[in-house]
Amino acid sequence: MSLKLNYSMSLANSYGLTKTQKVASAVGMLGLFIFTLALFNVEFPNKATTLTLALSMLFAGVIWFSNSMYLSKSKGIKNDGVYFKSLSSKGLIGWLIGVVLTLFYIVLYFYPQYLGLAQKDGSNTGLIALFDPLSQLLSGRNASQWFVYGTLYTVAILVFGYKFILKYRHNRYEQIRTISVMFFQLAFAFLIPEFMYVMNSDLPYYDLKNVWPLNYYNFEQYRIKAFINAGNIGLAMLIFGVVSIFVITPILTYKYGKRWYCSWVCGCGALAETAGDSFRQLSDKSKFAWNVERWVIHSVLVFVVLMTTAVIHSYLGNDTSKYWLTKSSFLIGVAVLLTLVFAGTMIFKRKELAKDAKYGAIGYFVVIAVLFAMYFFSKDNTLFVFKSESLRKSYGFLIGSIFSGVIGTGFYPIFGSRVWCRFGCPMAAILGFQQRLFSKFRITTNGGQCISCGNCSTYCEMGIDVRAYAQKGENIVRSSCVGCGICSAVCPRGVLKLENDSMKGRINPNEILLGNDVDLMSLVNENK
Amino acid sequence: MEHIAIIGNGISGVTLARHIRKLSNKKITIISAESHYFFSRTALMYVYMGHMTFEHTQPYENWFWKKNTIELKKGYVNNIDTDTKTLHFNEGDTLVYDKLVIASGSKPNKFGWPGQDLNGVQGLYSKQDLENLEVYAPNNKVCKRAVIVGGGLIGIELAEMLNSRNIPVTFLVRESSFWNGVLPEGESQMINRHIKNHHIDLRLSTNLKEIISDHNGKVKSIIIEETGEELPCDFVGLTAGVTPNISFLKDSKIKINRGVLVNRFLETNITDVYAIGDCAEQYEAIGNRRSIEAVWYTGRMMGETLAQTICGNRMEYKPGHWFNSAKFLDIEYQTYGWVHGKKGKPDYEAHFHWKHNDDTKCITIAYHRDTNQFLGINTFGIRMRHEVFDRWLNEKRDLDYVINHLEEANFDPEFYKRFENEIKASYNNTLQTNSI
Repeated sequence: MSLKLNYSMSLANSYGLTKTQKVASAVGMLGLFIFTLALFNVEFPNKATTLTLALSMLFAGVIWFSNSMYLSKSKGIKNDGVYFKSLSSKGLIGWLIGVVLTLFYIVLYFYPQYLGLAQKDGSNTGLIALFDPLSQLLSGRNASQWFVYGTLYTVAILVFGYKFILKYRHNRYEQIRTISVMFFQLAFAFLIPEFMYVMNSDLPYYDLKNVWPLNYYNFEQYRIKAFINAGNIGLAMLIFGVVSIFVITPILTYKYGKRWYCSWVCGCGALAETAGDSFRQLSDKSKFAWNVERWVIHSVLVFVVLMTTAVIHSYLGNDTSKYWLTKSSFLIGVAVLLTLVFAGTMIFKRKELAKDAKYGAIGYFVVIAVLFAMYFFSKDNTLFVFKSESLRKSYGFLIGSIFSGVIGTGFYPIFGSRVWCRFGCPMAAILGFQQRLFSKFRITTNGGQCISCGNCSTYCEMGIDVRAYAQKGENIVRSSCVGCGICSAVCPRGVLKLENDSMKGRINPNEILLGNDVDLMSLVNENK
Repeated sequence: MEHIAIIGNGISGVTLARHIRKLSNKKITIISAESHYFFSRTALMYVYMGHMTFEHTQPYENWFWKKNTIELKKGYVNNIDTDTKTLHFNEGDTLVYDKLVIASGSKPNKFGWPGQDLNGVQGLYSKQDLENLEVYAPNNKVCKRAVIVGGGLIGIELAEMLNSRNIPVTFLVRESSFWNGVLPEGESQMINRHIKNHHIDLRLSTNLKEIISDHNGKVKSIIIEETGEELPCDFVGLTAGVTPNISFLKDSKIKINRGVLVNRFLETNITDVYAIGDCAEQYEAIGNRRSIEAVWYTGRMMGETLAQTICGNRMEYKPGHWFNSAKFLDIEYQTYGWVHGKKGKPDYEAHFHWKHNDDTKCITIAYHRDTNQFLGINTFGIRMRHEVFDRWLNEKRDLDYVINHLEEANFDPEFYKRFENEIKASYNNTLQTNSI
């Protein structure tokens, strides 16, 4: 068998689409067209049938397309023509899709009535009404704009996840990781919250894999009330919410790096890795972008910490006899926790921080300390200068909607697929902070084998200049790395490997690479 | 301040410049006629295949050079006056140096074939070669068939490139099996099949006789030596190896042979003139190495070494254990230590060979026939750790040890299927057969 030639591989044109691929695309487009018709209030006789048809066409179109695109070729890297295609190289099609996606997000967040959301006492119309039958089936209530969005989001992850699995047919890490994000999206983000509603309609919507601070609204008053009113199950969910950020997250990040979340579980990551895969190469690799990234993402983190503290503070009482957690004990607790993190980092990890990282950390700490002091020394009731309500609202608008949705996803075809994860996500900032300083994860560089070709840097969705490390024979230990594994997959010389190993020797800058004179290596590498 | 002039901005010259900058504040000028900024030559293929843009092949951002006060000069050196330490440029200007390093790289071999200088006939080495390729072989309408002459590492890359644009490729290889001057038979034949699986018309034991021109001085067809067959084509890639790019040194006092002759300290016959990388030729080859090593890694290592000498710590070029890597279409190849093909294989060298059923993975371990000492490994389709084999070669491990500890050397991504047990089983079988 090994001697037989494989004649089944066709000479399909890599850049222009084949006839089959065009027909397959058309089928998928037809599915989308049905949604567009619904958006413009075309009345379909049988909504359930129409919705089923439209969704089936989406699935069929992408699956057929992917089969034709990848199954006819031998296993291996499939990046031929990425920079010749308009879609994936910021061409006209890329820009058009960017504009359409951005508009969709603006309507979704701010004008859901245009999607057909029921106004006072009315019933749904348009696109949202089309999804009523599915929502009824799952939870016995009519659809909302978030149900429509959630369904489309899940469908996108499933169909493009399938495409991704075929594209990386030779790479089991990529395949298993993709199956994982498809599962978590379908089960945790989509189905389980609907079923929980059926079981107990008092429970607030809770995607259990969405951890604070990504899920910045988790500890708002209405949710806390709802959790507590829902009895044991609600209380369990609330406790799980606290445990997931303070216990589960640190343990898993220590063992596996932030990838356990960002590219195995998270819904934002899931969309970026599947539907966003065609755009990963568009991320900005410059040093300038890296500097912007570090300031912006950490500022968002400080913002969310202050906002959440203010919000929780606003609804806590002052009477210790009623409930053990009061306004002041809560604030003191937060202050102690932040001081411990700051002091611990400065004492034990000082040497691993760059100069500007130290200044940044001190700056942020001073700002937070001053805000706390201002509160304690004034009689005024507004914590952190602003009212908690306006902090909450502006975070929700600026970060929750504009940054993560409109810019984060709408601009996929322009800035690449991980703009939100890289510049905005406060959860990524926490995980990254730990990954950089206290985790077993790293990307190992294979001795002196790097040829500086640049495939790794080009295809890094987080804009990490992977080559800069690989060509120095240095392991890659970066806060932003989500462990997607694509740098390792596209490397033509087998230089990169994602690994969990001991903390010792994890960061290993080399001036002279393996393969040269041993005396020279020890002279230069040890005399630094 | 001492002025170091470096001719050539490839991996050798740039590595040297970076290391001199780390060690000193000498004035450094890098001269190139090919491109303003350093780029990775090995990545040119990915630009043609659309995986990257040309800018992606530049390992350093453009501000890097100014920040590190490394001057970049675009110009072609016509001749060198070593008495006055002056470079004369084609453009008419001059440059005075204190120390000169020649790192001018290679150019494709041309063996005097009739028609070898026609339009549409070229090698694949420089940025200009890439630009010409876009002129003569942009797609399968302009280029209905391409012929590649010479079955080495550049030849197979060029075949992959043209294949990615659906240009039919005929691949003429002089040897009886692909790259079998270097690869052992089992590996070489596996690659033959892999090439054919990609619908590349591989012609083994086949030589080029001549290249025929059309009315406009462009290639029209080629003639095959053995059969006299005339093959119509629009593009001919000459990839039968490279040769040092040193024609500009002809009239200088610097001693040359095929390359610039250097001693083990990378010094030429003229004081303060050095040569590194592809264009340097050792008076006597080092160990099993060739006297001219046209490899990315050796260029880099010479740059690392020479920086010490230039900055006052005179140092011999003493490369460690040999290693190299390549990719044959979808199959990655790495080698550590020495594994020889039929040609040039020492008598003491014996091989253990294992190949996976799917015909895309195999390894060959070379060992000493009498002592069983581990000499080297070729690995195809399985990534292995450089550091581990380098250590085992230092420790002079034997074949048994290597086979039984192979999992330590595995460098494949997580969750990949592992083959150590299969390899061990095959090894034990072979051994039993041998002892009967």
